[in-house]
Amino acid sequence: MAAPSAVLSMSKIFNPFWGGRLGNTVKVFGTTLTSHRNRSSRNGDNIPPPAKYGGRHTVTLIPGDGIGPDLLNHVREVFRFSCVPVDFEVVHVNSADESEDDINNAIMAIRRNGVALKGNIETIHTMAPSVKSRNNLLRTNLDLYANVMHCQSLPAVQTRHKNIDIMIIRENTEGEYSSLEHESVSGVVECLKIITRTNSLRIADYAFKLAREKGRSRVTAVHKANIMKLGDGLFLQCCREVASGYPDITFDSMIVDNTTMQLVSKPQQFDVMVMPNLYGNVVSNVCAGLVGGPGLVPGANYGLNYAVFETATRNTGKSIAGKNIANPTAMLLAGCMMLDHLKLYDYATMIRNAILSTMNETRLHTADIGGQGTTSEVVQSIMRNIQSKGPLISER
Amino acid sequence: REDIDQSDSSLYRGSLVTDSSFRERISIRVPPLYRGSLVTDSSFRERISIRVTPLLFGGSLRISCELVRGYRSEGSLRISGSLRISEDLCFIRMAGNAWRSMLSQVVGGAARPLTAAFSRRGMQTVTMIPGDGIGPEISNAVMKIFEAAKAPIQWEERNVTAIQGPGGRWMIPPDCKESMDQSKIGLKGPLKTPIAAGHPSMNLLLRKTFDLYANVRPCVSIEGYKTPYTDVNLVTIRENTEGEYSGIEHLIVEGVVQSIKLITEDASRRIAEYAFEYARNNQRSSVTAVHKANIMRMSDGLFLRKCREVAENYKDIKFTEMYLDTVCLNMVQDPTQFDVLVMPNLYGDILSDLCAGLIGGLGVTPSGNIGANGVAIFESVHGTAPDIAGLDMANPTALILSAVMMLRHMGLHDIGNNIQNACFDTIRDKKVLTKDLGGNSKCSEFTDDICRRIQDM
Repeated sequence: MAAPSAVLSMSKIFNPFWGGRLGNTVKVFGTTLTSHRNRSSRNGDNIPPPAKYGGRHTVTLIPGDGIGPDLLNHVREVFRFSCVPVDFEVVHVNSADESEDDINNAIMAIRRNGVALKGNIETIHTMAPSVKSRNNLLRTNLDLYANVMHCQSLPAVQTRHKNIDIMIIRENTEGEYSSLEHESVSGVVECLKIITRTNSLRIADYAFKLAREKGRSRVTAVHKANIMKLGDGLFLQCCREVASGYPDITFDSMIVDNTTMQLVSKPQQFDVMVMPNLYGNVVSNVCAGLVGGPGLVPGANYGLNYAVFETATRNTGKSIAGKNIANPTAMLLAGCMMLDHLKLYDYATMIRNAILSTMNETRLHTADIGGQGTTSEVVQSIMRNIQSKGPLISER
Repeated sequence: REDIDQSDSSLYRGSLVTDSSFRERISIRVPPLYRGSLVTDSSFRERISIRVTPLLFGGSLRISCELVRGYRSEGSLRISGSLRISEDLCFIRMAGNAWRSMLSQVVGGAARPLTAAFSRRGMQTVTMIPGDGIGPEISNAVMKIFEAAKAPIQWEERNVTAIQGPGGRWMIPPDCKESMDQSKIGLKGPLKTPIAAGHPSMNLLLRKTFDLYANVRPCVSIEGYKTPYTDVNLVTIRENTEGEYSGIEHLIVEGVVQSIKLITEDASRRIAEYAFEYARNNQRSSVTAVHKANIMRMSDGLFLRKCREVAENYKDIKFTEMYLDTVCLNMVQDPTQFDVLVMPNLYGDILSDLCAGLIGGLGVTPSGNIGANGVAIFESVHGTAPDIAGLDMANPTALILSAVMMLRHMGLHDIGNNIQNACFDTIRDKKVLTKDLGGNSKCSEFTDDICRRIQDM
């Protein structure tokens, strides 16, 4: 495609000395460009590649609260054990702090590195309403407009429904989460839900592209346009417009309350779902519950220039923090998604296979999916699995 | 204080601490007749005798509670777990919440004086709105069943179509409004909403006319109708007037739309009070407020504050708050941990339909709308099903269960229980089920079976 060669030549123009050494990075970035969006290279748009110095990537790590720090430590342990060429830059964010310095530091670090892995930062809602949710600030400032979550039934996990395979794409920046609220009269609070055409088109485009890339046949838009005629009506219209450009993919729409009802009775009918922010919250949590719980599903937030990986249901898990019973699967799989994003496919597959064989063959489960294992036991088992598969033949 | 009921299927060892208002200790000994003692507060002491039927699995635990003042009440609970008897103690493994709510039902029932059993009125008038599509058939079914049960109800049938009043405002026909104002109780079948009629939906009109601020949907698993979820027993109470459905939307500039979500102090307080009153009147042990105050700080924060304030006046009922996403996550994994849920409009819409899906869909879910001034309209929430209208194939279960809700609201608990038990028995038997429940009988056969069971009772 024209894009990689265009960027390659741009890099030679801008960095004549490092043209050769940057070559790899640009190739990495070039294919990232094509896989995530078809964009003609804009002139003068200096998009930084993900940080890779001396063959090692640097990734921002935000521990967060609750079970986040523990699980991320386990991720680091597994990566170190597998000799993954990734260095983590740890940035702490204090959720009790009213000033926004911490989160701004984190945002700056992510801008620098391009990729991040994070735990959930707690929002103490007894603080003043001007102290906004830190996770939300991160998503809006970095414009991570697409939240992607893939729910798949795992064979070894006991659930009420089998054979679920749903991809959920949720608009991540606007909708009900715009945090625009005011009290016009005492006792009456108004909260604004904003839907824009550009963002709706963007997310619909992302959804259809992803569906095509993964070979999916059907995209369902979830909305409530019978009540919110202008807002969700606009979202639905944008989805229909984008759908007309993808004749090979079936498009239909469903009202959100009917969707939840269908999800608990016949979830196998859904393929790819795209929706605005709040319905995305509900539907993604329902689907995560259907496949076995919050400890199993990883999630990713993609923007134009940045990508942040975390667990799909974004739980802080305060009640189980420090007890060594949390399920590390979601965070480890999020780490693997991150490795895929960095093009370290071999490492990603190796770790993913180890996780899945621990879950399906060894059947070592944590308490949330009905087993007796502790977090550290599961992680040890995963590392043993990695070791038994032999040394990785690395690319260099 | 809550040391035992944190884990749901806790091993019940014979000491139960619920909330600060009462404390029970039950020691159970072998063999068949188990005797225990219940100490509540300083005012009275009850004796609880517990008898276990011989079946170890699926047996029933009969608890009778006799208060010093002579009030008795009984309850029974089916054990779905195991019952192991060893020397001194009887271990009962069952869900902590189920035990607590059943016990509070039994004790609460005994502590309340029996005035509710005496029907103070003679014939009570109820406005019946048959509706469209399958509406008339299922309304007839309900009227037939009520006749068989000898319920003291006089039906007044009214039709609801939108008419344009003076000033161009759409309203419901005045005779219907008059009838409702007099009787205060209504039972409504499904109404069809024409798409391009120029007038708002009839449900919306009814809601606005009578200020129906609370939508109550009890979701109880039906034994004969298999869904992947068993043992669901919760109630969703949803604020019905404001929130995200206020209908205020603007086009700011081309391509940017804003929708306003309105939360007011009065409406939040009203719905919270109703929720706690409902919990108290129906012997429910806990109320959970569902919100998203981490994102919508001021609006859901206001709702939450009001709920907390109202909870102060109802210390006998446990109050918790939970994020919407956590509720959704836990609901599909383990719905038995929820009891009464109270929430603003949008979350309520989604969650009440989610719970309806857990028990088998809208065809078997009852619903009630409570308004100011004691007005209440009970309805079935499914659609009009025009394709099977008039063919005697409809399933009247939803309207029957809504009618039972109505009877309970009016205080006629016995008749309500009779009808409900007859309906559930018919479904459990699986002999005369309508098509959507998996059989191939007619609606009239289903109704006749229920009538027969009631008359046999």
